[in-house]
Amino acid sequence: MSDNPFSLWVYLSQSPLLWLTVTLVTYAATDAVSLKTRRHPLANPVLHSLWIIGTFLLLTNTSYTTYFAGAQFVHFLLGPATVALAVPLYENRRRVAAAVLPMLVALAVGSLTAIVSVVLLAKAFGLPRDIILSLAPKSVTAGVAMGISESLHADPSLTAVSVILTGIMGAIIVTPLMNFTGITDFRGRGFAAGIAAHGIGTARAFQVDEVAGVFAGIAMSLNALVTSLLVPLAVTYLLR
Amino acid sequence: MIASLSLILLCQLVGEVAVRALAVPVPGPVVGLVLLLLLLLARDRYPALARGPLGNDGVESASRVMLANLSLLFIPAGVGVVQKLDLLAEHGTAILVILAVSVIVTLLATVATFVAASSLFSREDETP
Repeated sequence: MSDNPFSLWVYLSQSPLLWLTVTLVTYAATDAVSLKTRRHPLANPVLHSLWIIGTFLLLTNTSYTTYFAGAQFVHFLLGPATVALAVPLYENRRRVAAAVLPMLVALAVGSLTAIVSVVLLAKAFGLPRDIILSLAPKSVTAGVAMGISESLHADPSLTAVSVILTGIMGAIIVTPLMNFTGITDFRGRGFAAGIAAHGIGTARAFQVDEVAGVFAGIAMSLNALVTSLLVPLAVTYLLR
Repeated sequence: MIASLSLILLCQLVGEVAVRALAVPVPGPVVGLVLLLLLLLARDRYPALARGPLGNDGVESASRVMLANLSLLFIPAGVGVVQKLDLLAEHGTAILVILAVSVIVTLLATVATFVAASSLFSREDETP
């Protein structure tokens, strides 16, 4: 053991162990609270983990790069988790096959609405062009959205932030909003969550209902394809 | 468990290699999803495939564990917000309002279209 607690901190704060542990412990705690409140929308574990970890980084003066060196092991699993969506999709294949046509129509309308609404609103608010470009792909999953942002010469890290913020807001609002509209078709509710709020919306949908989760997963995957084709078209047309 | 994880990683790996080799604008993991789905469907037709990770609920239970904790996986990217605090201080309110309105409009447009289309298509099925 070192005599100097500061040198122990210097060692730990530079190792992946500390930041991986901080991520997992914070999530375990916020998820336990979410379960205790019977998955209340405002007890969203992503939202609360973000401000807790963010505050901790600011207080300890830790750079995001240092944090990410530890947290990247969790981040990496986003890819395998996307592949894993094949399992609920397979288990619900009959329900999904029966709803192919409504899904395709809703995909076209939803994907276009997500892009056009954000670009027009950002223009109305008078935001600078590079910020508008960074916000445009916000409804698809982080990795894909950052790729789109890069190809538009926008700011991929701002895109990642807007993707996560969109996901959290969608996950919080989807259940009260859908209850308000009185729509009880969990296929449609889940599909909308996946289109508007990608993986965080899908995670929320799985908490509410398995069928909703499956449709959200399909929506998120299809939207990743459609949005990467639509965003470049939409911004050239809308931002002339 | 390890064999199941290997199968999932293998599907993603093949997906990543395929999209890069063919230069198509599709995310690699999405191709991996389709591959795993095809494997599971092939298992229904050829029972000989039901072994290793594809037998005994192997890949199914590994996938369920991962999907049950999907929220966790977004935290590392989300913490990146600490790098953007100055930008958020300048345009934060506008960005939050824009994203919130856009997400509500998108949710409503998508669910309304889905419900309308599914009742339209099921009515067509019923007519002889």
